[in-house]
Amino acid sequence: MTPAQDTPAIELIGIDKRFGPVHANKDVNLTINQGSIHGIIGENGAGKSTLMSILFGFYHADKGEIRVKGQPLRIKSSSDAIAHGIGMVHQHFMLVDTFTVLENVVLGAEGGALIGPALAKAREALAHLAQEYDMDVDPDAIIGELPVGLQQRVEILKALFKGAETLILDEPTGVLTPDEADHLFRILGQLRDQGKTVILITHKLREIMAITDRVTVMRRGEVVANFETKKTSVEELAEAMVGRRVLLHVDKGPAKPREVVLDVRNVTWKDKKGIARVDNVSFTVRAGEIVGIAGVSGNGQSELLDVISGITRPTSGEIIFEGKSIGELADPRHLREEGLAHVPEDRQHRGLITSFDASESAILGWHYDESLGHGFRLDRGKVVNRTRKEMEEFDVRPANPLLKSGKFSGGNQQKIILAREIARDPDLLIVGQPTRGVDIGAIEFIHKRLIHLRDQGKAILLVSVELDEIRSLSDRIIVMFAGKVMGERDATANERELGLLMAGVNKEAA
Amino acid sequence: MLELFLGAETLSSTIRLSVPLILACLAGLWSERSGIVDIGLEGKMLIGAFAAASTAAFYGNAWLALLVAIVVSLAFALVHGYAAINQKGNQVVSGVAINMLAAGLAVVLGNEWFREGGRTPPLPEPARFMPIDLPGFSALYDVPVLGALARIVSGHSLLTYITIALVPLTAWALARTRFGLRLRAVGENPHAVDTAGISVARLRYQAVIIAGVLCGIAGTYIATSLSASFVRDMTAGRGFMALAALIFANWRAWPALWACLLFGYLQAMGTRLQGVKFGTFEIPVQFINMLPYVMTVVLLAGFIGKSIPPKASGIPYSKDR
Repeated sequence: MTPAQDTPAIELIGIDKRFGPVHANKDVNLTINQGSIHGIIGENGAGKSTLMSILFGFYHADKGEIRVKGQPLRIKSSSDAIAHGIGMVHQHFMLVDTFTVLENVVLGAEGGALIGPALAKAREALAHLAQEYDMDVDPDAIIGELPVGLQQRVEILKALFKGAETLILDEPTGVLTPDEADHLFRILGQLRDQGKTVILITHKLREIMAITDRVTVMRRGEVVANFETKKTSVEELAEAMVGRRVLLHVDKGPAKPREVVLDVRNVTWKDKKGIARVDNVSFTVRAGEIVGIAGVSGNGQSELLDVISGITRPTSGEIIFEGKSIGELADPRHLREEGLAHVPEDRQHRGLITSFDASESAILGWHYDESLGHGFRLDRGKVVNRTRKEMEEFDVRPANPLLKSGKFSGGNQQKIILAREIARDPDLLIVGQPTRGVDIGAIEFIHKRLIHLRDQGKAILLVSVELDEIRSLSDRIIVMFAGKVMGERDATANERELGLLMAGVNKEAA
Repeated sequence: MLELFLGAETLSSTIRLSVPLILACLAGLWSERSGIVDIGLEGKMLIGAFAAASTAAFYGNAWLALLVAIVVSLAFALVHGYAAINQKGNQVVSGVAINMLAAGLAVVLGNEWFREGGRTPPLPEPARFMPIDLPGFSALYDVPVLGALARIVSGHSLLTYITIALVPLTAWALARTRFGLRLRAVGENPHAVDTAGISVARLRYQAVIIAGVLCGIAGTYIATSLSASFVRDMTAGRGFMALAALIFANWRAWPALWACLLFGYLQAMGTRLQGVKFGTFEIPVQFINMLPYVMTVVLLAGFIGKSIPPKASGIPYSKDR
């Protein structure tokens, strides 16, 4: 082994980055060996993409040092990164749809005022690369007309054409079919054999196990573990990824489930590209029970919530709410009037309007209600008084209905929304990530409220990426993976078993 | 009748009237291909026309007038660029503001300087861009057929020939040069440009500067070649017609030329048809003057096929999606 090979391709030392109040990277240290495939795994929002964007010069770290082949560098822009042999394939492709493959490859590396010579050079280089790595693509095809798999190939070719020695791929398989993904992995393997370094960002454990040499696990902006892939297991990775939190104890008696309130039958929802984000999902929720949907984020839970709450229509399948098809009920307003309440996952965008007074956010969806005014008139006094009462009942601090919604802390915002949704005595409450970004005190309060609702005989569908929350609240647990239901377990299921299901491994089926 | 619709005089005047449209249309093309929507073509041309006419009136030099018009128009363009690129403001609002500012400022300053109700004094010939005869063409004037052609092609001002030459230049630069490639890319997907290590802001400023220069030339042409003084609101919606032509031409240089010539032809016909009688029926002047504008609306409303603007046009660039 020559000394050059001992020097790590990339070293990140003490990288720290904040976006306003969000601490995206906390003192991250990472070493990536030359000629290896290094996986970085973690849930959405764990800080993987931010870290790589810093390495690629797209963002600047607040603190920390980057070393490429042992040399400390200041990477001020993407062109610096490219000049030092770093290439990146972004999750959202950085391609110009109306350009040909050649034009895209050449962009930024034209080498002169006229693009003719560069295009000719790129054509030659592409032919060469196509042979070497089995990456055939028509150089004159228009990008927008190519399937995503080929578009991604162009991204890789683009990086290689610009002389990338280290290639970063951000969630490369999210848009690929399994066949395309396999082909991609073969290409990555060949790149490694040629001495290139590959960094693979993903939240899919399978991919890590299949292709990487080493793996780094990130959670909430921090590196929590480093493993040699051969010496670790899916279980160990899943545990490191999801993390163990202090289990919040919730007192609850056994559930007394009654009639079926929500019946989801073979629901599929496809996105614009025709990929099934929710894939043939069926389950029921009964009155008097909490059904928890667990899963690593991005496995179809958000889309499922949208479909059930009437925000989008399923591509196929049926959802029956209290004997009526949701398709007939048509829109969220009617669903709400029929007794379906929804606490959305994204409270800042969908739960309330941050620039509105709390009292205005507190009546969203009920603004036409006769108790708040007559005809087209809204009685502000009534709105404010009602909100004040709700705030006192739910211990919202400060209990000021005239304060802007955005000024409240996450926990208090969530309480305002919960109060609004519960106030109308719904039969079914759908809750997405009820305690994301919420402080401990509020978590306890919200959990108690949910149990209380259950004991009143309401049906509750809980979606959360916090496994602990799912385990402590749910009477039944459904695990989703890649849009499908991986399995259903009762509340006594252990963490390891659920973690495996979340990683897409079903021991019973296997 | 044929003489009326396709005579040398009509076609020659078509070219004359098309020139400001072509310049403005190319200005819009450069700007919008880079992702900056430019509603302010009208205002930049107007202030350019005013600057040219005023300079020409004071110093009697057409070239100096051209230079000052370009500088002034450029200054307005940079205001738009600052609002759109640095401040990430709404580009339509900024463009409208420029139009209003130009219309008001020209009249106020004109009144202060010349005391003729916002007009500038009539310009003498040395202060204008006058028609030039292309060498050798005048000998052909009396030859049948060829002579008519010669009279259409020759006898325009220098600015006209420069303008016509700008069309192939624009088409070539966009398609074949590094600058053109990057400019087209930044109007479609600025993220791709940024990650390729190229400055988005810099490219867009370059485009805005080109638009400013072209509008300055257009203004000079209107005030010193098409007319011989500045009159308030003398651009008469040409900036907006140019935008219509740009959409009609699908943001491409050669089609932009044809679209502008079509609009120029309609304007020329508007003048030529005044007082013409069909039988006993005389077409009202107002109706004829309306033609190019009606045509613009009709064309935009449905006659053109699918017209696809640059994907990122009008959207301020920020790194976050």
